[in-house]
Amino acid sequence: MSLPATASQTVGPFYRIGLEWLNGDNLVGEDVSGERVTIQGRIFDGDGVPVPDAILEIWQANAYGKYAHPEDTQDKPLEPGFKGYGRVQVSDEGLFRFATIKPGPVPGPNGKEQAPHLLVSLFMRGLLRRLVTRIYFPDEPRNAADFVLNLVEPARRPTLIAKKASGRPGVLEWDIVLQGNDETVFLDLGL
Amino acid sequence: MSPMKNTTQRVFGYRTILPGTQPNHLHPPYGSTLKRAPAKPQLVIPYTLSEVTGPSFPNETVATRANDLTSGHAGEPLGERIIVSGRVLDEDNRPISNTLIEIWQANAAGRYLHEVDQHKAPLDPNFTGCGQALTDAEGRYRFVTIRPGEYPWRNHYNAWRPAHIHFSLFGPAFATRLVTQMYFPGDPLLPFDPVFNSIADEHARNRLISAFDWDTTLPEFALGYRFDLILRGRDATPVEE
Repeated sequence: MSLPATASQTVGPFYRIGLEWLNGDNLVGEDVSGERVTIQGRIFDGDGVPVPDAILEIWQANAYGKYAHPEDTQDKPLEPGFKGYGRVQVSDEGLFRFATIKPGPVPGPNGKEQAPHLLVSLFMRGLLRRLVTRIYFPDEPRNAADFVLNLVEPARRPTLIAKKASGRPGVLEWDIVLQGNDETVFLDLGL
Repeated sequence: MSPMKNTTQRVFGYRTILPGTQPNHLHPPYGSTLKRAPAKPQLVIPYTLSEVTGPSFPNETVATRANDLTSGHAGEPLGERIIVSGRVLDEDNRPISNTLIEIWQANAAGRYLHEVDQHKAPLDPNFTGCGQALTDAEGRYRFVTIRPGEYPWRNHYNAWRPAHIHFSLFGPAFATRLVTQMYFPGDPLLPFDPVFNSIADEHARNRLISAFDWDTTLPEFALGYRFDLILRGRDATPVEE
C-alpha cells in the first residue's frame, strides 16, 4: 500500500514558537572559504505592503559548487563546517538579512553547469504551501547561460538576480514581490 | 577553484503531486491568501542537483527531552496529556529515518505563547508549545504533549480553528520539505475550517486527521493519537540529460 504525499498547510501567524530555535542570520563559520556576501530585502504583498511575518529557508552549495549531501558525488572539496542551510525570519519592520558565501557553479542539465545560486523556500500566514525561488548574483557571467534564467521571460529575469547595494561592498539587495507587475518568478517543482 | 571534473551527475527527481491532494495557493475562503498567493503561473523546471539535495541535522541538534512538551517547566501544564506518534514514510512506503520533525501548538485553553495572539484565554506558565524530534531507523517519532484548545480567529464572522498541532519536516531533499497541521478525530469544527478545507481531495484532507490509538495509549497516563506523514517519492527514471 502506498499513499500520495501528505498535504501542506500554512505555518500560520505563530510559527515563531516552533521554528525560531533554528534561526540564524549567518550560514557559514569563519573557517569556510568563499566570497562573503550579505543579502537583505523585503517581501511585498499584493498591496505593496511589506510582510512582517514570514520565514525564509536557504539551501546552497559551497564555494566549490558542492552540496553537503550524500547525493552530491562530485569530486570537489567540502569543508566539515559547511552546512549550506539557513533559516531567517523577517523582522517586525519587514526586513530579512543573512550572511553567507557566494556558492560555486553546480551541475545542471545536459552536462552544463548552472550559474551560482541560492535556493529559497518561503513560508508565511496566507501561504498554504511554501513558495520556492532562487537568488542569482549580479555581475556573474555564467548567468547568461543558466538554464533556469533562460526559461524565464527576459523582462522577469531581474526578479531572480540580487542587486548590489550602492556604497556598501559585499551587500546585496533582493526583494520578493508576491503579486503584481514586478511579481517574483516562483518555481514549480511539482510540489 | 578546482578543475571541473566529474560535474555531470545523474539526477533522480521527485514525483509530481496528484491533482487535488495539495492546496492551491489561492483559496479565497482563507482570506490571507488573497494578497499573498502569487498571481502569475509558476515556472516549471526540471530537477537538478540543487533540489534533490537538502539539509540534514545531526543527533545533537535535538535536546534529549525536546519531544516532551510537558517537561522543562517548573510544573505540569494544564490540560489533557496526550501522546502523538507515528511514522514518516515516502510515497513508496519506505521509512524516512533520522529526519527532523518540529511541532508547535496552542495550550489547552487555545492560546499561543506569542505576542500576536490576543485571544482572551490564559497563558500557561508551564507550557511553551514547541518540540523537536528525529525519526528513528524505521521512521518513527513520538511526542508527549497536551491536547491543544480550539481558538477564534478573524478570517470571517465567528471563525474558529479546529484543534491542531503544526508539523514541520525536512525529509532527504530540498524537494521533500513539508509544513502541515495535524487535526483530531471528531472535531466538530473541521467542516467549517477554510485551512483544512483548502485541500480539494477528501481522502488527502482526511489524512491530516490523526487517529485515536489504543496501542500507544498509556494506562492512567495519556491517550495516544497516531499520525503518519508521507513525503514525496522518488522518480524511477533520471532527469533527461
